[in-house]
Amino acid sequence: MSFEAPHFSSRDAVVCRGIGKTWAAGTKRAHEALRDVDLDIAPGEFVVFLGPSGCGKSTLLYLIAGLEEATEGLVWSFGDLVETPSPQRSLIFQETSLFPWLTVWQNVSFGLAIRGASQQERRAVAAEALQRVGLKAAMDKRPDELSGGMRQRVAVARALAMRPKVLLMDEPFAALDVQTRARMQDFLLDVWRDSGASVLFVTHHIDEAVALAGRVVVFTSRPGRIKTIVPITLPRPRNLFSREAEALRIQLTELLRDEVDRAFAEQEAMGATA
Amino acid sequence: MAVVERGADEAVAAGTSRPAAVSRVFTAIAGMDWLGKAAWTCLSVGLFAGIWELLWAVGWADPQLLPPPHIFLSNFGEQGKFFNTATRWQVGNSMEGPSAFESVMITVAATTMRVFVGLVLASVLAIGVGVAVRYWHVFDKLVLPTVTLLSPVSPIAWLPVAIFLFGIGNAPAIFMVVVALFFHMVLATIAQIDGVSHNLINVARTMGASKGQIYGRVIVPAILPGMLQVLRMNLFGAWMVVLVAESTGVGYGMGQVIMLARNTFNPSLVFFTIAVIGVLGFGFDWLLRLVQRRILYWLPDTQEKLRVL
Repeated sequence: MSFEAPHFSSRDAVVCRGIGKTWAAGTKRAHEALRDVDLDIAPGEFVVFLGPSGCGKSTLLYLIAGLEEATEGLVWSFGDLVETPSPQRSLIFQETSLFPWLTVWQNVSFGLAIRGASQQERRAVAAEALQRVGLKAAMDKRPDELSGGMRQRVAVARALAMRPKVLLMDEPFAALDVQTRARMQDFLLDVWRDSGASVLFVTHHIDEAVALAGRVVVFTSRPGRIKTIVPITLPRPRNLFSREAEALRIQLTELLRDEVDRAFAEQEAMGATA
Repeated sequence: MAVVERGADEAVAAGTSRPAAVSRVFTAIAGMDWLGKAAWTCLSVGLFAGIWELLWAVGWADPQLLPPPHIFLSNFGEQGKFFNTATRWQVGNSMEGPSAFESVMITVAATTMRVFVGLVLASVLAIGVGVAVRYWHVFDKLVLPTVTLLSPVSPIAWLPVAIFLFGIGNAPAIFMVVVALFFHMVLATIAQIDGVSHNLINVARTMGASKGQIYGRVIVPAILPGMLQVLRMNLFGAWMVVLVAESTGVGYGMGQVIMLARNTFNPSLVFFTIAVIGVLGFGFDWLLRLVQRRILYWLPDTQEKLRVL
C-alpha cells in the first residue's frame, strides 16, 4: 500500500485519517455521508459526536467498529488497522438489540458462546457483567420482561462482558424517557470510570453532550465534516445547572444552529428541484 | 374468585362506565380462556350449519344436491363403507373387510400421513435451499431464477409428472405436496432472512461471530417465528393439493373418496368428506399453534394489541 506513514502514537484508542464515505458510490443514488475526517481518541477518553441528524456521525461510528468500509482514508485502533469488527470495539445501538430468544445472561455471554466457552464460565462472566450494571437479579429473565432502560443496561453489560477497549454508542438512550435517560447517563459514567475504556457516544442532544463528554466533536451537515472540537473541562460529577454548563449549552446550540439551518435550506432546494 | 372480585372493584374504582356485573362476566370469561374459545368455535360452525339447515327447511337447498349436515352426517355407517377400498365396488357387502369406522380411520390416516410427510419434506428442503441461497452468492445466482420461474406453476400441471416419475402409490401423492409447497416456501424463507434486524447481525459481528455462526445462532432463530407462520399457511395448501394428488392412481385416500362421490353422483358423500377434511385441517392447525406457543415463547401476543381498538 502506498500511503503516507501516519503520524500518531500506537497507543491511541482510535485514529481516523482522511475518512470519507459515499453510500451507493458510482450509482444514481450515491450520496456523500462523510468527508476528510481526521480524529484521534486517547485511551479512556469520553468523546461525544454531536451533529444534526443525517450528518454521518453514526456512519463514522460504524466505520470505527469495522462494520462498514470507508470509501477513503483509514482507521486504526491501538496501532492496528481496522478492517473487520472486533470484540475490542463493542457497539451499542439505539434500539434494543438483545436476542429475544435468549435469556438475559445468555445474551450477555453471547460473545463467549461464540468462542466456545463452557456454560459455567459463561454464567460466571455474565453474572459479573450484570452485577456491574445492577441487574444481576434479572439474569434468568427474558428481554421482553424488562423495561427499555433495563434492556439498554443489559446491552451495556453484554458489551462489557467482551472487555472492550472502546465502547461505541449510537444514540443508546434516544428511545428512553427524560428521567430514565438522566439516570442512564449517571450509570454510564460509572461504567466508563470502572472499565477504563474509551467511549464514543453519538447524540443530537446538547444536554447529553454537556453531561457526558470530555470532548465534543461537532459535525457539519451533509457531507459530515468535523466543524470544531469543544473540550469540556467541567469537574465531575457535573452540576448541569451551573453558569459554565449553561455557557457551554449556548455555545453548542450556536454551533449546531448554523448546520441545521444549512441542512434545512438544502432539503428545501432538493424539494424545489424534485 | 378473589381475582374476579378485585377486577370488578378496580373497574368501579377507576370510574369506568362499564358496570361491575358486566366487568365481572368479562373477567370470568377471560379466566376460562379455552372454554370460551371452544364455545365460539361451536357457535361459528353451528351458525353456518344452521343457515344451511334453514335453507333446506324452507326448501331452497335441494337435499339431492346440497344435503344439509343432519342428512350427510346421519348415516355414518353407509358413508363409511365408501371409504373401504376393498369393498367399495360391492356396496352392501358389509361382511368383508374393515368396518365403516375402521375404513374411515384408515383413509384418514393415509391422507394425513401424505400431508405430514409432504409438509415436513417440503419445509426441510425449502428452508435448506432458502438459507443456502443467502449463504452462498453463487448458489443464489444459479438457483433463484429457476425457483422463481417454477413457483407460479399450478400443482395440477405437476400431476402427470408425478405419475410419470412415481407411478402409483404414496410416492406421487407426497411428491405433489412437496412440489406444490417447495417453491413458495423457498421464496418465503428468503423474505424472512432479508427481514432479520441488521442490529442483531451487527451485534454478532462485533462479537467476532463467523458467517456460519451468524446464520446458525442469529438468522435461523430470528426467522423461526415467521417460518412457523409460513408453515401454518402451507399446511392448508398441503391439504388442498393432497386431494388432487389422490384423485388419480393412488388407490385410496380422501381424494379417491371425493372422486368416487363425483362419479357416482353422491353429494352426501362429498359433504361428509369435506367435513372430515375440515375437522382434520382444524386439528392440525390447532396442534401447530400449540407448538408455536411452546417454541416461540418470546413472542408477544399481537392479538392483544388489536383487541383494544
